[in-house]
Amino acid sequence: MQDEPTPIELTRAVADFLRSDITPLISGHQAFKLRVAVNILDLVTRQLAQEAGSDAAELERLRALLGADGTVTELNRTLAERIAKGDVDLATPGLAEHLWATTMAKLAVDQPNYASYKRELGRDG
Amino acid sequence: MIEAELSRSVQRWLPGATGVTGAAKLSGGASQETWRFDVTHPDGVIGAILRRSPKGYGAAPTRAAGLAAEAQLMQLAFEAGVPSPRVMHVLTPEDDLGTGFIMQRIEGETIARKILRDQEYAAARPLLARQIGSVLAGLHKLPQDKLPELRSRSATQEISEFERDYRSLNWPKPVFELALRWLRDHDPGPSTETTLVHGDFRNGNLIIGADGIRAVLDWELAHLGDPMEDLGWVCVNSWRFGEIDKPVGGFGSREELFAGYEAAGRKCDPARVKFWEVMGTLRWGIMCGGMMQRFREGPDHSMERAMIGRRASETEIDLLRLLAPRGG
Repeated sequence: MQDEPTPIELTRAVADFLRSDITPLISGHQAFKLRVAVNILDLVTRQLAQEAGSDAAELERLRALLGADGTVTELNRTLAERIAKGDVDLATPGLAEHLWATTMAKLAVDQPNYASYKRELGRDG
Repeated sequence: MIEAELSRSVQRWLPGATGVTGAAKLSGGASQETWRFDVTHPDGVIGAILRRSPKGYGAAPTRAAGLAAEAQLMQLAFEAGVPSPRVMHVLTPEDDLGTGFIMQRIEGETIARKILRDQEYAAARPLLARQIGSVLAGLHKLPQDKLPELRSRSATQEISEFERDYRSLNWPKPVFELALRWLRDHDPGPSTETTLVHGDFRNGNLIIGADGIRAVLDWELAHLGDPMEDLGWVCVNSWRFGEIDKPVGGFGSREELFAGYEAAGRKCDPARVKFWEVMGTLRWGIMCGGMMQRFREGPDHSMERAMIGRRASETEIDLLRLLAPRGG
């Protein structure tokens, strides 16, 4: 077991420093790049906080959907192949729900401000 | 130093021009650059734009029409009354500027979010969906016998091409697989007519002023194909920049787009438009993957490119909203 602070705490500290202390000092193209950098750190922080939970839930759904066992990466590949072959489609019970849940979990990390995501989140609530 | 070459160039082909000032690079990767500059002339300063591949970068990427074709298309569009900059000069070897062309600079805004939010464009915004329809109709009516040589692509060929691009990424995505299946199942077959297709007509590639559309830019993906492709692409959610209930670039409705198109004497096929919107959404998603790959393999190891890889999930949610919508 690694020591603390946790990666989430460390990443957040760096993001906060760049946002509060460095952003006011920089302008032009470098300011744009800095904003991208801060966005990346925020994304990493969200992923560190959410990935274990969303991967476990995804794996559970994949096992039920495919009747197979493996890692989340392996089963994701298997699902992709079965859709490509036409063995699984939107008429397959659970597929649409699985894809929606998986995609929502990705957006929660990648782009929580994306308008389509916010609209669909409202539907979940 | 580019000013010296531009200066010599304009003096050769523009009577009265004495030189250039204020050259500044607006954008550019390794293979293609855009510069702005002002031509000094006794009748007054002339704003100009240079689009070029620097020396040693002659070859265009596979899907691109090439700068010479782009210049020809913009000039044709200009002559036909489709909003477009006038092409002033196509570069020759003696210009010593690489390959490309110089065009008249048109003032206005291209940044989509500004066009969608700034007060300056408030009066123009409600008119733009219909105007886009009429501009696209004009573009699709450009005389085919005058077009440069362009690649020709049917829907079926495009699906295969995107599938190949996607598989080469080795990036298994069940939602993309679902979209590929849907596209094959809904392939509308060959279009009854083949026209010039702009290929990247969207909010972000238009110069907008308070009066509406002033110019259509970025003709590099122009090809021959189904005209409904342009109508579908302009509706892809990624180009609505948050205004998701206004499918046409965040400006207005499909009905307005179709009305503008049909008022200019051309017919719409809404089922084909929907097909191309799904195709376009997947296309942008796969392009995001391509950018991630280029980031990994270099030479562009930039943060921006890396982050575009994380925008593929935006196209996944948009594909699900199109193919497996939830609730009402």
